[in-house]
Amino acid sequence: MLVSTGTEQAAPSPAAVAREAMWTVRGLVKSYPAGRAFRRRKAAAAPAAAVRANDGIDLDIRRGEIFGLLGPNGAGKSTLVRQLTGLLRPDAGSITLLGHDLVAHPERAARLIGYLGQESTALDELTVALAAETTGRLRGLDSRTARAERDAVLEELGLTDIAQRPLKRLSGGQRRLACFAATLVGERPMLVLDEPTTGMDPVARRAVWTAVDRRRAERGTTVLLVTHNVLEAETVLDRVAVIDRGKVIACDTPAGLKTMVDGDVRLDLVWRDEPPLDLPEIAVLREGAEAAGRRWTLRLPQDRARAVVASVTAGPAFAALDDFTLATPSLEDVYLALGGSQKGLVKA
Amino acid sequence: MRGAVEDPTGLAPRARLWPALGAVYRAQLSRAKVARIPLLFVATFQSVGIMILMRGVVSTGSDAARAVVSGSSVLVVAFVALNLLAQYFGQLRASGGLDHYATLPVPPASVVLGAAAAYASFTLPGTVATAAVGCVLFHLPLGGLWVLGAVVPLAGAALSGLGATLGLLAPRQELATLFGQLGMSAALLLGVLPPGHLPGPVGWARDALPSTYGVQAFARTFDVSPDWPAVLGDLSVCAAVGVVSLAVATWAYRRAAYR
Repeated sequence: MLVSTGTEQAAPSPAAVAREAMWTVRGLVKSYPAGRAFRRRKAAAAPAAAVRANDGIDLDIRRGEIFGLLGPNGAGKSTLVRQLTGLLRPDAGSITLLGHDLVAHPERAARLIGYLGQESTALDELTVALAAETTGRLRGLDSRTARAERDAVLEELGLTDIAQRPLKRLSGGQRRLACFAATLVGERPMLVLDEPTTGMDPVARRAVWTAVDRRRAERGTTVLLVTHNVLEAETVLDRVAVIDRGKVIACDTPAGLKTMVDGDVRLDLVWRDEPPLDLPEIAVLREGAEAAGRRWTLRLPQDRARAVVASVTAGPAFAALDDFTLATPSLEDVYLALGGSQKGLVKA
Repeated sequence: MRGAVEDPTGLAPRARLWPALGAVYRAQLSRAKVARIPLLFVATFQSVGIMILMRGVVSTGSDAARAVVSGSSVLVVAFVALNLLAQYFGQLRASGGLDHYATLPVPPASVVLGAAAAYASFTLPGTVATAAVGCVLFHLPLGGLWVLGAVVPLAGAALSGLGATLGLLAPRQELATLFGQLGMSAALLLGVLPPGHLPGPVGWARDALPSTYGVQAFARTFDVSPDWPAVLGDLSVCAAVGVVSLAVATWAYRRAAYR
């Protein structure tokens, strides 16, 4: 909807992946020492074992694609990204970007990657224009080029009117867009965007994905997107690696992943008040329902879901029903079907 | 486009030391202007207040008066360059803001020196104002104030290097704030009190504090015929400590940014 994804292509052979991959990750492991985990957990007596934040991660990211890392908070995405961008040294494994060994030469990452982190504290007290220009200068541009690129990017993202306002006086979404602008000043073949659209309104989101698409079409820019937003992942990603507890539990196109749960659909029932548990057809459903307030979520085979909808809408339960939706599976359903264990994926 | 490791392709150029330092300096000065002007007033009023208090116990024109005025003036530098810079880097490290710089191809020295220089130069108006008020208050000649042009950057380098190091090495943000405050308190007590009145070990602590040499250099210029070689000697100590402390701060930045 927001961006063309080209997800319908057939899965290529491993040889093709190796040929096209511009960013290859093999067997990446990162543990945090027991002491740190111990302090974090504030556990009582026994010291905790080392926590494996990344446990043997393999990835192949191809030139020009938008590749996603999807997983709930705490799944190990940030640790992975910190290693990919040269901020954190892996315990084991290899990272090769455009032929450069980033484990041996982490400092080269900054010369290959434009990185948008989650935090804006380094830029908060600068004006939008100065934040973008300074970032460009620190990306190695001379001052004339930095100013020209700054003006072009601010114009492209519709930030010219607020160029002279400090970031911290902007709304969360505008601030995020200003940080994204800073990321684009000083071209890089690879962009790593960590939750880029958090807090943005639809107009700003569209500006982000249009800018990404333009760079992809004109310069073959590759994008690694970190997200816990399922809808965004489905809309913009070419391929996605689903991360859970430090491991890649699946990696495919969003459409390819969804075929894994093809037979199932999701049924959401929202009750006006209390669910009518005295009705046997409702009492039966309660077992398999995931309840959140007045909302029940059921994942059912298609024919069973159809039968449930018929019985709920035709019978006396309908009086207690506020709303219901029947939907094809989302990446969240895939995540759960794959054994994903944690809450925290967002559908917005 | 894929290149061999020996002949890497696709690498954008690094930012060079001085242009990057200039860019950081400019950005830091601009955020200091926006966010720190009230704090500069606080720093100046604090120093002026101390001088007014000391006016009651120190006779005008004396050696002690010179110590009070020069100590209070350099205290403004300590407040901003040591205390505020420690807090800034502590906050940047704690919030993950260092990632922004660490993912840009910029020499660590540019980030540290640019921030330190911006904070130090930001103190100049407050220091000059404090010194001028002090000279009037204690009947000292105003002719030597030009030496602040050397004292502020050199003491600023030494103190901001120390402040940045404290901020970057403190394991928690609150500790960075605490260390910054303690450092400033030390500069206050050991710098403002006339050295002749200090007991032995406190005197050694005074000698160990880099701001002391800035204070001494400034105090010497109130003499009718200042001992210029001694002034130069004090400033050289400041400069040497500045070089070392900024080098340590750069190391601390590297350590905090890349783990």
